Amino acid sequence: MRKCYFDHVATNPLDPRVLDAMMPYFKEEFGNPLSIYELASNARNAIENARSQVASLVGSKPSEIVFTSSGAESNNFGLRGIALARQNEGKHVIVSKMEHHSILNSARFLEKMGFVVTYLPVDKHGLVNPEAVKKAIMKETTVISVIHASSEVGTIEPLKEIANIAKEHKVLLHTDAVASTGNIPVNVKELGVDLLSMAAHQFYGPKGAGALYLREGLRIAPLIYGGIQEGGRRAGTENVPAIVGMGKAAELASAEMDERARHVKRLRDRLIEGVTKVANVQLTGHPADRLPGHASFTVEYIEGEAMLLFLAAKGMYIASGSACSSKALKVSPVLLSMGIPAGVAQGSIVFTLGKGNTDEDIDYALNEFPQIINKLRGISPYAKGWDEKDESHKCFTT
Amino acid sequence: MWEYTEKVRELFLHPKNAGEITDPDAVGEVGSIICGDALKLTLKIDKETARITDAKFQTFGCASAIASSSALTELIKGMTIEQASRITNKDIAEFLGGLPKEKMHCSVMGREALEAAISSYRGEAKAPEVHERIICKCFEVSEEKIRRVAIENRLTTVDDITNYTKAGGGCGFCKPDIEAILMDILSVRTIPEPVHPPRKLTNLKKIALIQDVIDKEIRPRLQADSGDIDLIDIDNNRVIVALRAMCVSCPMGNVTIKGIEEKLRELVSDDIVVEEG
Repeated sequence: MRKCYFDHVATNPLDPRVLDAMMPYFKEEFGNPLSIYELASNARNAIENARSQVASLVGSKPSEIVFTSSGAESNNFGLRGIALARQNEGKHVIVSKMEHHSILNSARFLEKMGFVVTYLPVDKHGLVNPEAVKKAIMKETTVISVIHASSEVGTIEPLKEIANIAKEHKVLLHTDAVASTGNIPVNVKELGVDLLSMAAHQFYGPKGAGALYLREGLRIAPLIYGGIQEGGRRAGTENVPAIVGMGKAAELASAEMDERARHVKRLRDRLIEGVTKVANVQLTGHPADRLPGHASFTVEYIEGEAMLLFLAAKGMYIASGSACSSKALKVSPVLLSMGIPAGVAQGSIVFTLGKGNTDEDIDYALNEFPQIINKLRGISPYAKGWDEKDESHKCFTT
Repeated sequence: MWEYTEKVRELFLHPKNAGEITDPDAVGEVGSIICGDALKLTLKIDKETARITDAKFQTFGCASAIASSSALTELIKGMTIEQASRITNKDIAEFLGGLPKEKMHCSVMGREALEAAISSYRGEAKAPEVHERIICKCFEVSEEKIRRVAIENRLTTVDDITNYTKAGGGCGFCKPDIEAILMDILSVRTIPEPVHPPRKLTNLKKIALIQDVIDKEIRPRLQADSGDIDLIDIDNNRVIVALRAMCVSCPMGNVTIKGIEEKLRELVSDDIVVEEG
């Protein structure tokens, strides 16, 4: 059976060239970068080389890159680190409703510590209105966090405008660029952000490697206290092979970005065109301002987990934001905040394409997926249409 | 991903009895699309023998909801109405070789649809829902349903209730209510321990014993819920305590004091009265 990996937003396969670059640091180059003999300086140099590679991917100075363990850690570090370091100036932070759990739950942690958090609403495409950011800023606001591109619906946020507003009001701007970095051009100077989170496994690097861009001169409270690794901002012996892998993956992403993006965008457009031909299937997220490999839909009258497992049985791996596909049995709050009724959001399905996907993969998906939709609709009591009184979506809107 | 059994996979990928009987003798509809699963069951029943000759289902929901519905129809075909009315959600789950605990509510939905269908066949009026006390407003789960499912499946925790009925799985505001219902059920079902012959305790021994029971029996339980307890004074049979930490704001505070009293009566002396100082 054909195997098609359409879940690149979950993680990417490791590029073999990245693995080759990492291998020596699993084996002979095992030194601790903090030690002072030659074996150690090899590891240290490798980390600094990776730092330059990552810095060049996002247009920063190498000294502005702090390595972490993951995108989630970078998000926690960025938001909490700044909020705590600046709490004497004020205890108000702003985040959007499009954020990943690592930002939302960090914000909730801050609330427990006595901070006030404003959650910015979004429009039907998931876009944050920069005017709403302006209105939300208060004298006590110290940091805003707005995601660069949504992993759930692919929408790319108007960060530049938000950054201008933040600058005007002397508030720092953090962005979760985990889904975008390495896939579309991300330049910290052009975006105008002060902090930016990224993760290597979103651009064919290894899991366990992330980074935070921290603009020069900013104070931040560490999450992890200990030694002087990463300038004392992130203690713990460095995960050298993973960091080397992140550097190599960043270098490859810089060099091949245009070609990769063109490739996945063409496949994505084919997929969107084909899937939306099926009746009562809608694209979610912004139709144009979206990640090049991201195709997300809601399929009415049926449920996401059932689609996901049928697709998996046909060798296609995808994601869903439906309640039943999450262990918490909750519909994706991102879909609800975009005004998608809970009943429709149950039929959420997300295809995210990568450089390894081919036209044959798309042919296969376009052949199989509509059949799966038909099969599931065939056994759904709602296939003949909605019961209007059930259309309310009071579940989880609070 | 969920750990589904082979039987669940089989009945999900190749469901049996999917569809709708055009001229049914009984119809049972439960669930709603907003909450992620819904089931419509249609039955053909032989009037002479009261036997179910055919059963079909239509399901909106995840893999386990579809498999549970299909399993239900397989189970009841050929049964008499009387036999079918004794089917429980456990029978459905067992037919499937088990369900992940988070998905047990799918088997409960199957049983509810069957019940609704049987009621419709017998011409019984549907119990007026307005009188039901809705505990979980997100998923519209009534107290009656929580009680029944808890008793039938011997559930003891709020998480269990959420897994079996979805109650408490939305905003979570009803969790204390569910906890109270569980406490009530469990206290009814508790079989009293055989009464120990009353022990003659000196005052000193009694105080030591009370302290011991609080330290070893009571405090660890409260601490498990982020609470704590301090023993303030003992005056004859009156034990004065203070609840600390999370217990202070806990709506279950009164229940807790009652529980402490019961424990002390059981293990120390049956005339003890616990008061909050």
